Amino acid sequence: MEILVCVKQVPDTTEVKVDPKTGTLIRDGVPSILNPFDQFALEESVRLKNQYGGNVTVISMGPPQARTALMKCLALGADRAILLSDRTFAGADTWATAYTLALAIQKAGKFDLIMCGQQAIDGDTAQVGPEIAHNLGMAQVTYVEKVESVEAGKITVKSIFEDGYHIIEAKTPVLLTCNTPSSFQYGNPPMMAIMKAGKKPFDTWTYNEIGGDKAKMGLCGSPTQVVRVYSPPTRGKGILLNEPADGAVKKLIEAMREKKVV
Amino acid sequence: MAGININEKCVGCGICVKICPFGAISLVNKKAVIGDACTLCGACESSCKFGAIQIERCVGKVDTSQFKGVWIFAEAHEGKLKNVAFELLGKARDLAKELNQEVGALILGKNVKPLAQELAKFGANKVYIAEHLLLEDYSTDAYSNIIVGLISKHKPNIVLYPATRIGRDLAPRVAAALNLGLTADCTGLSIKDGLLLQTRPAFGGNIMADILCPNTRPQMATVRPNVFKKPEPSGAAHEIIGVPVKLEPFAIRTKTKEIIKSEASGAKKIDEVDVIVAGGRGMECKENFKLLEELAETLGGAVGASRVAVENGWIPKAHQVGQSGTTVSPKVYIACGISGTIQHLVGMKDSKFIIAINKDPAAPIFNFSDVGIVGDVKEVLPKLKEEIAKIVKASGQ
Repeated sequence: MEILVCVKQVPDTTEVKVDPKTGTLIRDGVPSILNPFDQFALEESVRLKNQYGGNVTVISMGPPQARTALMKCLALGADRAILLSDRTFAGADTWATAYTLALAIQKAGKFDLIMCGQQAIDGDTAQVGPEIAHNLGMAQVTYVEKVESVEAGKITVKSIFEDGYHIIEAKTPVLLTCNTPSSFQYGNPPMMAIMKAGKKPFDTWTYNEIGGDKAKMGLCGSPTQVVRVYSPPTRGKGILLNEPADGAVKKLIEAMREKKVV
Repeated sequence: MAGININEKCVGCGICVKICPFGAISLVNKKAVIGDACTLCGACESSCKFGAIQIERCVGKVDTSQFKGVWIFAEAHEGKLKNVAFELLGKARDLAKELNQEVGALILGKNVKPLAQELAKFGANKVYIAEHLLLEDYSTDAYSNIIVGLISKHKPNIVLYPATRIGRDLAPRVAAALNLGLTADCTGLSIKDGLLLQTRPAFGGNIMADILCPNTRPQMATVRPNVFKKPEPSGAAHEIIGVPVKLEPFAIRTKTKEIIKSEASGAKKIDEVDVIVAGGRGMECKENFKLLEELAETLGGAVGASRVAVENGWIPKAHQVGQSGTTVSPKVYIACGISGTIQHLVGMKDSKFIIAINKDPAAPIFNFSDVGIVGDVKEVLPKLKEEIAKIVKASGQ
């Protein structure tokens, strides 16, 4: 089974702090990481490869330093990596990103399964996966926590819905976006694997390699335009009650009554 | 750097260096310089007080005047419209009024005529109803094909979807098919110079972005549940339009084989209630979740949980609030024994009134709460329940 995994390098938003005085983002020292949902998608893909055979190709669109995220994927068991990096692609929204990635995936080969993280933690849109699926004419299942089984021409997955899990059967080729199950442990690859990763095939592609319509790429090709970015309005300073429970609860009830929430 | 320019107005103040979410800007000889990591996100452009940063944006030439109407995709579950369908309808009414256009609603399913009537009653001037046996269960293929067809035929100006499991699966598929922009998880929508101004959080809720879609139609957004108010019935003129549906089973490439309902599904769902009582590590054990259930029941709400509580098996995943769980914004959120990791905060910080109970006075959750109580949940919760029960009883008489 040929599997392709789409990954993104993202700032670790859990490390982003907001300056309480100015309300601006403090980005100093915020590390770039492999998007956590993508790491799960990658590890699930490697598990499938080990079980059913085949190869795992990993692709990322981003600046040159996104190489680090791809190297981690190789160390975690991917067989081949492709970095799409060109100023032509910069500033792309989800639509333009999906257009560009789909072109590159077509060039990269034929795949039975494309795996994406459900969303990237810097944008949280969850759009690029389904948009790639459409561009490649593939079926899709989103919010997948586990691939249950793979048979000829079909795959069975466990997908999370608001009312529980749905077991969904999909015809292949199919694109899955993965939601990390709470039991998943994020690990770092062992030293030996990191050293081996350096010997695996790694390609960097620019516009010249993938071609396509430049008017559909990058900022200019993006239907959505960000017109303003700002800090969210801060919540007014709350009350902190550090006293025995009886008194604290009474004061809390008063505050709730005042705000008419009880 | 292509696409972005720093002009002579730059004074080297360094604000953009700090604000850049990608760390792409540095100061060289007291001037800002944009590096390779730049994604043209625009955070610096908005932050520069001197107008020194300019991003080259393209101007399109699409005739947008023929697109009219504000549509919603009305999601139903087990024969009932979801709350968010009404919330979208309320917002669509406001937007349509300002644009002097009609409100349209799309309802797909099997035997959904009563739901179409309800949508009309709550203000949809035109309800497009598509009924078919194969629409009973949601499938990306069937639903997206029908909606793409309806949009192509009737050319609405705006289409809103709920930012739910299904809405977030469906909307990008439609956007890709019609080459449209799509803004995810909006928390604010308004009309600015005739365009839909879409506001959404990004970077784990650390920043907000205003987004426009000037050149493509319809303008499309997914909208978080519990952000907008459910409207009153409108009494406006309406029309229910049956959509001829022709579906072949082979054209639907996914099939739901089995539904494993979580234990929570019998109880109220956390994205549909006004009050959530949530527990985390500080609850210590599964048995103590009884305290949360009792308080939630008294308040007519539901029980939520942090990731740790779910991982420890104290409560099923359907209750999980946060980045890898559900995003909620109830009227009241009571965080019990939850320290407040950013992943959790992202999922609940838009709640209207936040109460936190935690032993640790330095817990980050207190920075986001309206009222914080430093104390043991096992001691505070029974007392709180008792006091609330008194109020509920008094108001019931």
